[in-house]
Amino acid sequence: MDTTRTSEAIDQDRRRLLGTAAAGIAAAGAASLLPSQLAAASTSDAIRPFTVSFPKEEINELRRRIAATRWPERELVSDEASRRIWSTPATVGPTQGVQLATMQKLMQYWGTDYDWSKCEAQLKALPNFVTEIDGLDIHFIHVKSKHQGALPVIITHGWPGSVIELLKIIDPFTNPAAHGGTEAEAFDVVIPSMPGYGFSGKPTETGWDPGRIARAWIVLMKRLGYDRYVAQGGDWGALITEQMALIAPPQLVAIHTNMPGTIPPEIVKALASGGPPPADLGPDEKRAYQQVAFFYKNGLGYANEMALRPQTLYGIVDSPAGLAAWILDHDADSYALIARSFDGEPEGLTRDDILDNITFYWLTNTAISSARLYWEHTQTAKAGFFDAKGITIPVGATANPSEIYTAPKSWTERAFPKLLHYGRTDKGCHFAAWEQPKSFTEEVRATFKTLQT
Amino acid sequence: MRLDQLAAVLAFGLCILSAPASANPVEDRSIRPFKVSVPQAPLDDLRSRIARTRWPDRETVDDQSQGIQLAKIRPLVEYWGTAYDWRTAEAKLNSLPQFMTTIDGVDIYFIHVRSKHPHALPLIMTHGWPGSVLELLKTVGPLTDPTAHGGSPEDAFDLVLPSLPGFGFSGKPTDTGWDTDRIARAWAELMKRLGYTEYVAQGGDWGSPVSNAMGRLAPAGLLGIHVNLPAVVPPEIAAVLAAGGPAPARLMDKERAAFDALSMAAKMGNRSYATMMGTRPQTIGYAINDSPAGLAAWMLGHPGFSGWTYDKSDPEKSPDEVLDDITLYWLTNTATSSGRIYWEYGGGRSPVFADPEKTNEISVPVAITVFPGEGYQAPETWARRAYPNLIYFHEVDKGGHFAAWEQPELFSAELRAAFRPLRQTK
Repeated sequence: MDTTRTSEAIDQDRRRLLGTAAAGIAAAGAASLLPSQLAAASTSDAIRPFTVSFPKEEINELRRRIAATRWPERELVSDEASRRIWSTPATVGPTQGVQLATMQKLMQYWGTDYDWSKCEAQLKALPNFVTEIDGLDIHFIHVKSKHQGALPVIITHGWPGSVIELLKIIDPFTNPAAHGGTEAEAFDVVIPSMPGYGFSGKPTETGWDPGRIARAWIVLMKRLGYDRYVAQGGDWGALITEQMALIAPPQLVAIHTNMPGTIPPEIVKALASGGPPPADLGPDEKRAYQQVAFFYKNGLGYANEMALRPQTLYGIVDSPAGLAAWILDHDADSYALIARSFDGEPEGLTRDDILDNITFYWLTNTAISSARLYWEHTQTAKAGFFDAKGITIPVGATANPSEIYTAPKSWTERAFPKLLHYGRTDKGCHFAAWEQPKSFTEEVRATFKTLQT
Repeated sequence: MRLDQLAAVLAFGLCILSAPASANPVEDRSIRPFKVSVPQAPLDDLRSRIARTRWPDRETVDDQSQGIQLAKIRPLVEYWGTAYDWRTAEAKLNSLPQFMTTIDGVDIYFIHVRSKHPHALPLIMTHGWPGSVLELLKTVGPLTDPTAHGGSPEDAFDLVLPSLPGFGFSGKPTDTGWDTDRIARAWAELMKRLGYTEYVAQGGDWGSPVSNAMGRLAPAGLLGIHVNLPAVVPPEIAAVLAAGGPAPARLMDKERAAFDALSMAAKMGNRSYATMMGTRPQTIGYAINDSPAGLAAWMLGHPGFSGWTYDKSDPEKSPDEVLDDITLYWLTNTATSSGRIYWEYGGGRSPVFADPEKTNEISVPVAITVFPGEGYQAPETWARRAYPNLIYFHEVDKGGHFAAWEQPELFSAELRAAFRPLRQTK
């Protein structure tokens, strides 16, 4: 290597070199090719391979705690209606939260036959990396397609999700020919863990709101050498993807979201007043209005607590049952879907899917650090989760029937002037990539096909 | 362990002796003596759980704005798991006459201390969440034995301190419907069962809506109520607060101060715990039933504790007293069942708003004491509007949300003064 070139050029070379670490080049070896003073000056930009490994004692300790669970008595309502999925919110009956019977089935399986090592092996088999951005270690999975000209996509998970909710789509995205697609539909996939989540570092200072995460993702894609890419997300991932679109770096050519923020300003106002849907709404708009109103009225307890008092939730860090219940109770339809899995009628998610994700939160001790994202959002948010935010770059949006709200086409067209694609699926709740990887993949392909060569 | 099993262990078998015959449709109205006797095993288990507490990383701020700070809760929990001794609290409870009686299908635990003075006024006093009868114990002496506490024999009360259904040693309802109205009916039945034909009622926190409900119900013999978390916020102010709007024009100084305090509390998220328990008490229940640290933090998250240090520096707010209360919740496994009182009350309501509390339907005499450290200081103008038959309104200079616990002498003096006119009507 020519050491007379400018440090900038060397740095670019180094990044390229480190970016191929998936192919087996260790970061330490790569750094040793550089003059030592330059390596020292830019260590924080290094992309380091990351090996997934959990001590066996941690698993044993988890099982011990599960066996020692001290239970409350059962809830006082039947929750019959909470088992219905693909339904309208109006049919959801009174609930006091996650049912004891569901929790006991979950804990029974978690503490006995459930095998975390399968998930660990799956994670370990993927190319995992860590790089420091804005002072924090960011973990990401980076799988390049074998196809030339694959479109790079950065996909962001949410809460209570993790990179685990995105594992099923890696192969369909990077290897489309094996999954009903064509080579032209190939993606290079970048799946980061949000700050405070999974293997990423836990911020020790405030300020990591969705905007700052979006800026970090832009740095990450640049560091990986991508000069033309797209972004995708659901839940917090949708908000972060929208923030990226608002920043609109020239390299970001489009986004896809499965939880689009589309609610027009006048509807935001009507919802805030707590009144009935405005009279002039069409059927889809009226249903969306009712879904959001229901969620705001009955479903925000957990989000409120995490937005206002995340640290007070010591119990979910100390109690596996407490963590599992807290994670299950995200939204009524997802809960119904998950509860069915433990009743032996799985739909979309298996018991292992659900417990892989919960175990990942447990082992990384991220229940509270992840919750702080709600707190951070509250400090700086200018708009609600589902509000239209003024995005002008091209967007694809998918509206799943049992998402917290099913974005109507009319609102979506208004929210995103450059709408590449609007899709409605037959089924799917909040965790689209996890529950319905096939339709999710089709939706993302449909969005980005005109951008792929 | 289910409470009925625990109670069976705790009650020296008295429950078994008085169990009603299954064929008898008539409720057993007997009043059974009750002693607290917690077996050693759950106490050992509690210590072992505390020793194994898995902690999160510390909050990312230097104040309470993300919740209970790690550096504050950790030493308290570590003390709880080592030097703290529950048996002291148990002995304190057992030094008082305790009873159990079944009302409306639920076992109701209560402390009943009769004054030695004749013509003592019977008083039923109700605790709140995250309190218990323990927060009221320091008033037993001043209220029942006034001559030993700077009062006169004419100030004496016979004191009845029940545990709310789902709290402490009371039974846990297995059906819905135990709202404050139903509790008020149960309390009226309790006083009747004790043979009291004239009595008064008092409450703070949930004890206030329960006492309001008794006032609305106006059972025979109820002479009046005293509340220290009164429901005085007028409907038009409640509407502005609900919408998060600015203070209405033309408020008087104290009204403006009350508005600002309530508005700030809403913005600071002081009621997030109430929203959670109001909508999903079961979901949070799993964590706080299983984790002592989780339970302690959840209870101390109540804004009534926000100014408390839980160290030895302030004898009025000692760590032992706080831990007695938390340990009572732990040992009776009532973290989930107690949270259901919020669910029964319904989301979106606040017990300090006059309209949902239907204060205009309260015809019995009402007395209010305003403590300076309470979440908001009820202005007299609003109080007079809310409670048409307000006979006593007094602002004092010390005490907060847990007034009886923090300032028992002052609190007792307030009750003496407030109820004095009602004795004179006899």
